[in-house]
Amino acid sequence: MDTVTVLLLTFILSVTGLFVFIWSLRRSMFDDNPEAAKVIFSTGEIGHVEDPSATPEQRAGLQQVVIDSGKAVIDPSLAQQLKEELAERLEADRSTSYVCFIFLACAIVWLIAASTFGLISSIKLHDPEFLTQYAWLTFGRTRTLHLNMVAYGWCPMAAFGVAIWTLPRLLKTPLIGGRFALLGCVLWNAGLIAGLGAIAAGINDGLEWLEIPWQVSILIVLGGALIALPLVFTLRNRRVQHIYVSIWYMGAALFWFPVLYLVGKVPGVHFGVEQATMNWWFGHNVLGLYYTPIALGSIYYFLPKIIGRPIQSYNMSLIGFWALAFFYGQVGGHHLVGGPVPHWLVTLSIVQSMMMIIPVLAFSVNQHLTMKGHFKTTYYSPTLRFILLGAMMYTLSSFEGSFEALRSVSTVAHFTHFTVAHAHLGLYAFFTLTMFGAIYFVMPRIMSWEWPHPKLIIVHFWLVALGFAIYFVSLSIGGWLQGLDMLDPAKPFMDSVRVTLPYLEGRSVGGALMTLGHLVFAVHFVLMALRYGTKRVGPALLHKHRLPEQQAIAGA
Amino acid sequence: MESEYKLLSGAMVTLALATATLVVLPYMQLDNVPPSPGLKPYTEQQLRGREVYIAMGCLYCHSQQPRSQSQAPDFERGWGRAPVAGDYYYDHPHLLGTSRTGPDLFNIGARQPSVDWNLGHLYEPRAYTPGSIMPAFPFMFDLKDKAEPGDKVVNLPPSYAPPGKVVVAKQEALDLVDYLVNLNHTYPVDPGAQLPQLSPEQAAKDGVKQ
Repeated sequence: MDTVTVLLLTFILSVTGLFVFIWSLRRSMFDDNPEAAKVIFSTGEIGHVEDPSATPEQRAGLQQVVIDSGKAVIDPSLAQQLKEELAERLEADRSTSYVCFIFLACAIVWLIAASTFGLISSIKLHDPEFLTQYAWLTFGRTRTLHLNMVAYGWCPMAAFGVAIWTLPRLLKTPLIGGRFALLGCVLWNAGLIAGLGAIAAGINDGLEWLEIPWQVSILIVLGGALIALPLVFTLRNRRVQHIYVSIWYMGAALFWFPVLYLVGKVPGVHFGVEQATMNWWFGHNVLGLYYTPIALGSIYYFLPKIIGRPIQSYNMSLIGFWALAFFYGQVGGHHLVGGPVPHWLVTLSIVQSMMMIIPVLAFSVNQHLTMKGHFKTTYYSPTLRFILLGAMMYTLSSFEGSFEALRSVSTVAHFTHFTVAHAHLGLYAFFTLTMFGAIYFVMPRIMSWEWPHPKLIIVHFWLVALGFAIYFVSLSIGGWLQGLDMLDPAKPFMDSVRVTLPYLEGRSVGGALMTLGHLVFAVHFVLMALRYGTKRVGPALLHKHRLPEQQAIAGA
Repeated sequence: MESEYKLLSGAMVTLALATATLVVLPYMQLDNVPPSPGLKPYTEQQLRGREVYIAMGCLYCHSQQPRSQSQAPDFERGWGRAPVAGDYYYDHPHLLGTSRTGPDLFNIGARQPSVDWNLGHLYEPRAYTPGSIMPAFPFMFDLKDKAEPGDKVVNLPPSYAPPGKVVVAKQEALDLVDYLVNLNHTYPVDPGAQLPQLSPEQAAKDGVKQ
């Protein structure tokens, strides 16, 4: 089989597959306002804003913006039924509160640990004599610890927590099988701690993103599978006909991850250059088919929910989902542009990277149209500020990623800090900011307690937004200059190192601000868990039930 | 969408497609690639050194894949010809790398064959390359009052030598350097036959340019 045949075949298969799937779901596809988009609302709830992190004043302002936009029509005759359905939702929320709290608390611990190691690694790059006395503190290990704490600590714990909280709400049923998720959480974290210890001690599998020794990874695979079980049980007990778009994303991601990780870690199969293609098949898919869909699913839920308005075009989200599923999986080869791998593979990945523009556009246009006329809501809603910025950064990072895959751009940017900046645009500005927003929304419902210091949310937002702007701009510029210097044969290699120094220092400044923001967030989280501050009155219905047993967890 | 089975089967089909193209096809295509003629298997000590290379995370700053002359001036820097799959026959795991915070090391053995230079450079990179941001690895060396028989003493530039002490390389440093000085893929290969071969003069010149 020659190159062109393989390429054409795969491409045609992907595109045909995409159309077949969309065709198979064509029922009521061309309705203007399909029922499915309204699944996230209770009867009569459209037009009502929901942001548990907002103060009463903010909430009033938020509601006013939505009413002023004129698009929300509240039907008073449905008020009684709404009240009943909200009570049911409260039941669904309560069923997840314990499990979610555990996941989110783990996430916060990993966030702080990961930020610390990120900052240490960043300082080491412009101050190479910093902490060189011990092997476990050498750059090669602190950087790897940072990556693994983010990739297997903060991100999945936050993602699992938010997904487990969202699913019962969307399926209008209590969570079933939460114990499996808890057991999975324990196994996963045990595996992660053992894996990090191994990396610090210098025992690792030597593949980027797959460093944790495979013997330890068994725990993580088992944990991941256990965490996916409640999804299956809850889906089978659902009380809604439509499966909302968020569930496609989250459900698919929860199944994609164990397969990815299993194929990546299976010992004794991969060899030489083939291992490199597998490495980047995994490295890119863990971003594209795990973190990305969970964050996208969250945005598809929280954004319309906060402003009380169904998503603009439900069908566009359908195209967005399947296009992502068909194209994203094959883009990983662009990490090997110019490498000793089969050329057809790199070309295929570049083509599919460009095809990714389709789902990204579908998502971005859809969210923009939903928000249209409601942008003032970000002024009042602390949650929405994080979520909307995260959604915008998804668009930016995806477009940047598509163009970075092109040979001409990759020739400059590959092997430089530019790639690192891009990775953080995706995993931080998009994923992490979205998760911050989601946690601000979820926690008051979990704890039946409002955030004690709303001002801290604002401080958190501006610290991480400003810190990340400094981080991204300086590292992108520094990386690009580094790439240009490396391509100039007249310049010695050391020029490409020296040129980056001021930008690496800039990155440390940005990273320090981000870390500070995370500390503010963590302190606020702990204060809330310990139920400090005054209990302000939100919507009465949602605060009737206090959960006394929560006190025990909070103290732990 | 109303069927969870459609969702999950669809999700698995797309992932299978991706796995087929990026994992299974390369597996089939590369499975029978023989080692490049001229490539030698690693020795015991080199394999131990390779483990140190992985444990210290060298691969996060150093690639092992020079790019072709049509794409980048890697060859002119003395990093060597573009590699072929057969050059990686003995590599488990692969160490292609994704970053060049430091230079490519695919042919570091041809550029810097001196064991003494490499040992000293690991102990204190800035003694040899001013402005380098490579971490120093002092924990891979012992400081002794007097060298014992069998010790490998590191000869440092006087201003960097610790006063009154000798720096002795631990076994892990010796292993790592043995791996590095034998990283040499300058032998000719078929697909690269049209490329000029790296001459020792040029290697020396580029070594200085480093």
